[in-house]
Amino acid sequence: MVDVGSFFTVGILLFSIGIVGIISRRNIFIMYMSVELMLNAVNLILVALSHHYEDLNAQVMAIMIIAIAAAEASIFLALFVMLFKNARSLDANFFELLAQEKHHD
Amino acid sequence: MIESGQLSWIIGAVFFSSGFIMLINMYSKYNDDIPQRIYTLLGLGGPALSLYLSVHLMLRFYHSNESLYYKAFTWLDIEGFKIDAALRLDALGVAMLSFVSFVGFIIHLYAHTYMKNEPSYARFFAWFNLFMASMFLLILADNPIMLFIGWEGVGLCSYLLISFYFEEEANVEAGNKAFILNRIGDFGFLSGLALLFIYLGEKGLDFASLEANIHLINTPMLNLIALLLFVGAMGKSAQIPLYVWLPDAMAGPTPVSALIHAATMVTAGVYMVVRFHFLYAMTEEVGLFIAYIGAFSALLAALIAMRQDDIKKILAYSTMSQLGYMFMAVGLGAYSYGLFHVFTHAFFKALLFMGAGAIILLLHHEQNIKKMGALKQKIPFIYAMMLIATLSISGLPPFSGFFSKDAILNHLFASEQYPIFSIALLTAGLTSYYMFRLLLLVFITPSQETPHLLPQSKLINITLFILSIGAIFVGFMNLPALFLGEEPYSLWLNLPDRHFHLSHSSELILLFVNISVALSGIYFAFSHYKQSRIDPSLSILDKPIKQKFYIDELYTVLIVKPLNWLSLFFVKVVDEKIIDAFIHWLSSGYQRVSYYSDAVQNGNVRYYALYMSVGIVCIFIYLGVS
Repeated sequence: MVDVGSFFTVGILLFSIGIVGIISRRNIFIMYMSVELMLNAVNLILVALSHHYEDLNAQVMAIMIIAIAAAEASIFLALFVMLFKNARSLDANFFELLAQEKHHD
Repeated sequence: MIESGQLSWIIGAVFFSSGFIMLINMYSKYNDDIPQRIYTLLGLGGPALSLYLSVHLMLRFYHSNESLYYKAFTWLDIEGFKIDAALRLDALGVAMLSFVSFVGFIIHLYAHTYMKNEPSYARFFAWFNLFMASMFLLILADNPIMLFIGWEGVGLCSYLLISFYFEEEANVEAGNKAFILNRIGDFGFLSGLALLFIYLGEKGLDFASLEANIHLINTPMLNLIALLLFVGAMGKSAQIPLYVWLPDAMAGPTPVSALIHAATMVTAGVYMVVRFHFLYAMTEEVGLFIAYIGAFSALLAALIAMRQDDIKKILAYSTMSQLGYMFMAVGLGAYSYGLFHVFTHAFFKALLFMGAGAIILLLHHEQNIKKMGALKQKIPFIYAMMLIATLSISGLPPFSGFFSKDAILNHLFASEQYPIFSIALLTAGLTSYYMFRLLLLVFITPSQETPHLLPQSKLINITLFILSIGAIFVGFMNLPALFLGEEPYSLWLNLPDRHFHLSHSSELILLFVNISVALSGIYFAFSHYKQSRIDPSLSILDKPIKQKFYIDELYTVLIVKPLNWLSLFFVKVVDEKIIDAFIHWLSSGYQRVSYYSDAVQNGNVRYYALYMSVGIVCIFIYLGVS
């Protein structure tokens, strides 16, 4: 029987890898994969806790998350196609429309 | 009650006519076709209605000693401090009301002719009527607070009317001067009221309860209150040291000067002192002070008037001088004599101003008496009117000014204040001198210039005639015992005058002295100005008198300049170098901070994710620590 603590460790590791991935990688695909990684880390912890406490509520939630992530995936992929069509680039640094206008450089 | 309602309509008539004129005048911006007749109807109708109502009430109350009370509503009621918006008409009120409404209406009639061709006819009458409304409120007020509203209203309207021709800067400055000097006086008045409120506020602030409870205040405080209230009167009634606005107030149209000097405004100060007679009766030192202020004001004004060349300014100084007489009288406890002089003065001073205005109109707005001359043959009627008024102000029998002035001089002598009496007597001589100087230079003295005269207006002549009857005959209303009268006016007013006994023989001697002093003034005026238009030299006094004793210059150096410097200091140093600098320092700090923090918002999602995770980590650390 594997200890709940190890599930936590793996979950936290996965989550951290996801965060570092989002922050450090510029390719939007990789960033999206990092988001999925974080979602899965959470799922893992939810399922582990559900098993530990013998309560199915958390598992229901995990399945919900998986379903939503699937839906997300389709939307994200559609967005990426549109982004690439418009900008011919998938570099995250290229998209900075929200930036403060530069007037004092 | 119908009659007490009438009381409020005396004020209401002029007040609402003023309001309607303003409204119609505002509407006329969108519609040019409003005929002047409407303004005339309202502007003269309001005062006419007031006059009708006040005559009606006066006839009803002339014989009885009761007073009429009207309460509109309770204005303030805070834990025992209660102020009613109430009016009261008593004998004193009737005395003031009689000439204010009558002379006021005549001046309105006159003003209609005088201002007929002015483009701002409507504006003029709106303010003119408001002026009357404020004065009525001042007279009829039942408590000092209501009186103060009228007091301020009079000040406001005088400011508006003095700077009536606001296109010229000098006129605006004159208006400002009047307003600011009156504000200084009002500050004293308001402080006095506040002290009264502190001491007697809980016992009711209307005049009757003030009179009943005035003895509860200790004497030094009473003196202070009386003095502070008189500071207000100094401003309003143009006494030393707050008089300098009065000559400059001549910047307004002549009917305004007539209204200010005869019926409204300047008489307010005297009226206020008489109204507070219960207070001043208990503070004889302050009364003496008032009398001295009055004496010096009278003398100073008479001296300055001797060498002025502007016809209106001479009359302005003569008003100040006559107000000095009134204050001498009320200061020494002769309230009814003081008020009687206000009464007679209203007639002859209005007549003088309106006559002067008529001459100014005929001469294409020429006001310098040195440039007039020998007008007697051309306008004999106006000459006769001016002669009556001049004789009256000089105090020659049987004109009205004689009776009031003689009564005051007798009282001054009898109260054994000989310095004041001698100043008053000297001033009487000077008065007849400078008034006849004016009359001679305008009407008699031959001159090379033959000015072209505009046609006279009939209505102006009629108004002059009506007033001249008053200027001749109203003096008989207070016929003293020497002339087999019983002083009916004083008896009816029933004010607590201080009485001093004077034997008939000494009264007769005084009468002789007074008349001969006035006559000698006239003699000197004739000997100087019968042929010559040049002022005789007064040796060392010549220059100071011509320069009005440098009082304006003194005020400029002592008050205006330091205030200017002070405000410059505040603008240039305190405002710019301290307050603005601090604000600028703050705002530039914000700018710098934003310059650096700006870089954080770079639009890059990855950085935002980083900030978020840093934030979450911080929160967790905080939670972990606590």
